[in-house]
Amino acid sequence: MALTGIEIFKKLPKTNCKDCGFPTCLAFAMSLAAGKVELDRCPHVSETAKAELSASSVPPIRQFSIGTGETAVTVGGETVEFRHEKTFVNKPPIALLITTDMTDEEIRGRAAAVKEMVYDRAGATLKLDMIALKDTGNNSDAFRALVKKSRELCNLPMILMSGNMDSLRAGVAELQDEKPLLCSVTPDNAEEMIPLLKESGCPVVARADGYDALCSLVEKLTAAELKDIVLDSGSRKLKKTFEEQVQIRRAALRKAFRPFGYPTITFPCEMTDDPAMEILIAATLAAKYSGIVVISCAAGENVFPLLLSRMNIFTDPQRPMATDPGIYPIGEPDENSPVLITTNFSLTYFIVAGEIESARVPAWLLIMDCEGYSVLTAWSAGKFTPDLISDFVKRTGIESKVARKALTIPGYTAHISGELEDTLKGWEILVGPREASHIPAYLKNYGSS
Amino acid sequence: MSFEIDKLKYTGKIKEVGFGAKGDVIVGGEDSYPFYMFEGNEGAGVKIAMEVYDRVEDDWAPAAVAPFADVINDPVAWALSNVSKYGADMIALQLAGTDPNGANVGAEEAAALARKVADAVSVPVIVYGSGNVEKDADVLKKVAEACEGRNVLIGPVQEGDFRQIAASCIGYKQLVAATTPIDINLAKQLNILLENLGVSADRMVIDPTTGGLGYGLEYTYSIMERIRIAALVQMDDQLRRPIICDLGKEAWKCKEARGADPDVKFGDPARRGIMIEAVTAVLLLLAGADILVMRHPDSVALVRKYVDLMMN
Repeated sequence: MALTGIEIFKKLPKTNCKDCGFPTCLAFAMSLAAGKVELDRCPHVSETAKAELSASSVPPIRQFSIGTGETAVTVGGETVEFRHEKTFVNKPPIALLITTDMTDEEIRGRAAAVKEMVYDRAGATLKLDMIALKDTGNNSDAFRALVKKSRELCNLPMILMSGNMDSLRAGVAELQDEKPLLCSVTPDNAEEMIPLLKESGCPVVARADGYDALCSLVEKLTAAELKDIVLDSGSRKLKKTFEEQVQIRRAALRKAFRPFGYPTITFPCEMTDDPAMEILIAATLAAKYSGIVVISCAAGENVFPLLLSRMNIFTDPQRPMATDPGIYPIGEPDENSPVLITTNFSLTYFIVAGEIESARVPAWLLIMDCEGYSVLTAWSAGKFTPDLISDFVKRTGIESKVARKALTIPGYTAHISGELEDTLKGWEILVGPREASHIPAYLKNYGSS
Repeated sequence: MSFEIDKLKYTGKIKEVGFGAKGDVIVGGEDSYPFYMFEGNEGAGVKIAMEVYDRVEDDWAPAAVAPFADVINDPVAWALSNVSKYGADMIALQLAGTDPNGANVGAEEAAALARKVADAVSVPVIVYGSGNVEKDADVLKKVAEACEGRNVLIGPVQEGDFRQIAASCIGYKQLVAATTPIDINLAKQLNILLENLGVSADRMVIDPTTGGLGYGLEYTYSIMERIRIAALVQMDDQLRRPIICDLGKEAWKCKEARGADPDVKFGDPARRGIMIEAVTAVLLLLAGADILVMRHPDSVALVRKYVDLMMN
């Protein structure tokens, strides 16, 4: 369990010597509690205190990365059960399954789909993060060939799934220093697996049926000084898997139960034969506590909504979402198209842009930097004022793109239209609707205004 | 070390609200977080209300029109087919045509339609106005009157129009959907105002306002989680109400659901909208929805199967 600043303070020398760079021991303790500095900045802390404090500063759920280089993924590191309590930290990587019994065409199709399914959304990129290779025939030659081919086709981190030790060895050898995630060590193969894990340094999925068996297995691994563990509690039935995810997260956070202080993995690909249902299961487990999610469905109409749902849940609720300021052409606007302005709160942007699109009237949308505030908040905080709007409109260069200089402002800021007309010389100021949902009606009548 | 299941102690329970003309279709009653069946009861379970529109705009996705092609201009037939063909638990009549920025259908005509739909189907009925407070105050008042004896759920009842609408709901014995813009404090405040006005606690549900998938759904998700935490473990009596999520229109409004995006990476446009609606429903269920207002029969069937997997 993480200690509070006061609890940490009690263990410090309390001399306020400033050697750590902070004015007081209390200030240092507060920064320690917030995870902003390391304890070793205090040269005077006693060995006992050091031991106590470092034990408590172990994160409740271990965080580590899988894979190497730019495509490496970070898993674990979560500190809350509900996102509003702080934020969820590492969105669970979604892995696409490829198996040894697929045809060459299928394998290439899947690798191509992974490459293709990359979606840009206002600053965020949505995509699949890993590929999971499964050795269905327990044949190490076939598996090694699949690993080799997949690596040529796709550069994402890999999960190697096999019940055959030789296959896992072959896969690790093929990938050299890449540190793929090995799947799985079980109570039955632990003796054989542990040496391979120690030698290769690969992270591993620990799979056992039920809480107690999983707990013993993890203890066996940690006794062998293995640390990069991913938990698989065994169930492939949604109701039970859901319970296990909740229980493991709770045990790690509320009870500091060390054997469960690791990210989990779930396999929607093994929980149903229906690709649509697989996506609903994956969305559920990505939201409720799975550290990695393995799916077998590679169709865009399914994967895209899943990626959207994960993006929503893992958005940091502490930070206002902001869109980059600038000119956003919607449809194919020309010099006669209307110009609208709003603030850069992402939700405002999304909704306004969506409504303009649905109106099917091409328009120029100006997004002004208001520190991620919505229209009314930005106006009342003095960030959406006639002066600032005028400066911004001039800076965008929109004037060179349109013949009719008419700017539509949000209906809620109607009262600034007079002043804005004075500061934004040469422009006509129009007052748009208060609610975004009325934008289509407004734009359809725009020509006659 | 051996592991013991950690069971949370809940101190509250969601009120049960009786729907339908006889008030015998129960919603709510759960005393744990959604699907946490290892430590509590799910209550009456999830109800899916299928949408019926008084008027369908011409910008609907072809995929959302297709299943209703033969009934889309006849709300009564549409409602009947939703019940008989797709097994809708409830019917949600959306009076979108009353929007003054749209077709601006009058209150009398809308209320007469509401009565016709309520009389035609055997399942509970929900009637939603356009969301325009001035217009809804007029329309929904008349709907409440016209549907006397049918015990319909009327919404959205908002801060700007609750006095007029709720008074009629009390007078004509209708249920109230208390709607606030994604804010737990406003939700609580409106519930209190409604109770002060005389709407009893077991005659209302919370509509927290639903964001779209990829368009702010996370705000709704967290507000709903907070409402449930307040209701179930923080002794907040005012928030112990069933939650309704009006998600069909949000899911199908986004451009990805609607557009026939030519880019192959978005996949089959007809299936995409269905999946967007179903995934939206799943997240809302995980956050605490009791009633889902949905559009497409395939999304409805999928979500029903999903709930079954979560429960059994």
